[in-house]
Amino acid sequence: MKQIYLDNAATTKVDEQVIKAMLPYFDEKFGNASSVHLVGQDSKNALEKSRKIIAKSIGAKTREIIFTSGGTESNNLALKGLFFSNYPNKNHIITTKVEHDCVLNTCKWLETQSAEVTYLDVDEEGFVSLEQLKNSITDKTIVVSVIHGNNEIGTIQDLEAIGKICRERNVLFHTDVCQSFTKVPINVQKDNLDLVTLNSHKIHGPKGVGVLYIREGIKITPLSHGGGHERNLRSGTENISGIVGFAKSVEISNTLKGTRTKDIERMTKLRDKLIKSILEIQDTKLNGSNGEKRLCNNINVSFSNVEGEAIGGYLENSGIYTSTGSACASHSLETSHVLKAIGLSPVQSNSSLRISISKFTTDEEVDYVLEKLKKIIIKLRRISPLVR
Amino acid sequence: MTPPYTKKLLKHFKNPKFVKDVKNPDGIGEVGNVACGDIMHLEIKVKDNKIEDIGFKTFGCAAAIASSDVVCEIAKGKTLEQAKKITKDDIIKKLGGMPPIKVHCSVLGIQALKKAIKDYEGGKKGNC
Repeated sequence: MKQIYLDNAATTKVDEQVIKAMLPYFDEKFGNASSVHLVGQDSKNALEKSRKIIAKSIGAKTREIIFTSGGTESNNLALKGLFFSNYPNKNHIITTKVEHDCVLNTCKWLETQSAEVTYLDVDEEGFVSLEQLKNSITDKTIVVSVIHGNNEIGTIQDLEAIGKICRERNVLFHTDVCQSFTKVPINVQKDNLDLVTLNSHKIHGPKGVGVLYIREGIKITPLSHGGGHERNLRSGTENISGIVGFAKSVEISNTLKGTRTKDIERMTKLRDKLIKSILEIQDTKLNGSNGEKRLCNNINVSFSNVEGEAIGGYLENSGIYTSTGSACASHSLETSHVLKAIGLSPVQSNSSLRISISKFTTDEEVDYVLEKLKKIIIKLRRISPLVR
Repeated sequence: MTPPYTKKLLKHFKNPKFVKDVKNPDGIGEVGNVACGDIMHLEIKVKDNKIEDIGFKTFGCAAAIASSDVVCEIAKGKTLEQAKKITKDDIIKKLGGMPPIKVHCSVLGIQALKKAIKDYEGGKKGNC
């Protein structure tokens, strides 16, 4: 059976060019970048070359890039690191109700360590209120942490506007750009970003690699202590093959040119085709924002009276892999906190389906999905007691 | 689908046999609520103290749909006394097992059936 992978917000297929770039670093150039001999220096060179590529892609200096194991670690390092280097003088963190779990759960844990956390509301499209943000900043505020492109509903926050407020009020600004990186231009200078979380596996790079950008001069407390790698901020032998792969995936995505690439234009067209056709099905609702302010690969729709995991199950039966915000599909049996934050009722959340495409998604695949999806919704509505 | 489902469960999910409105039902049971996710609606037709016909409609995941179908399959043809004795374990067994996080779906199936029987016994020709 044909396999159609439409869960690219969860993770992506590693690009062949990335795999090719990584391979020599497993057996030929396997050195430890801390070793002074030639084998080690090969790795060191690869590490620094990769750092330079990633720094350039967001307008940062090379020494401001810290390699980590991924988005979760970067977000933990940013928030815990800032908290412990500022506490007890300052203890306030501002974030939003639509963050990834790794930010929310880090904040919840920090609350047990005497942090005060403000969770900003969002409007029905998922945008934070700049007014509420302004009003929440106090003289105890350390950092404002806002996700850039939302992983569930695709809403893209206005980094520049948020960054401007943070700069004016003299608080730090951290953003998690795991979903938007290479899809939306990001510039740490223009957007007034102080800390940025990046990762590799959402952009056709390998899993287990991420970056935390930290603006020069900002002090954070490290979480792991050891040999003093990554400017003493993240000890542990560097994952050279992964880092090389990450840099390659950034290079391929062409962000260095600062222009929207053909891949993005194509994904945007496919996204809009999917949204338009799905909304033609009766009693459907798009979750999240529209047009330019939505990630080019994200579709999130609620189908009245049918349950999301069941839709996903039938799609999987046709070889199509998607995701849902339904409680039934979560480990905790709770509905998505993001869908709740944008005002969806539990039944609307439980009826949601997320389709996230990639540069590898084709027109034919989209047509096939639409054909199957329409039939599945009819079938499930026939099974549903909510359709009277 | 998130949990590892058995082949038997998937069979009932993909092709449920008992999705229908029972004509002039004698008992109706509806359980669950939209806030927690699943809603099961089950209807029975009773003749000579036996469940002559049974049908369901379910808003829920694969496990919920499969559980509803299997509870109907087990209950059909049984006397009311026998039907009342059906347990969640009977459903789980018939489905070849169930992920622990989904066991509540089978419980819901039993509750729907019991409520439909109670509805019949309470009002005889119950109309919910």
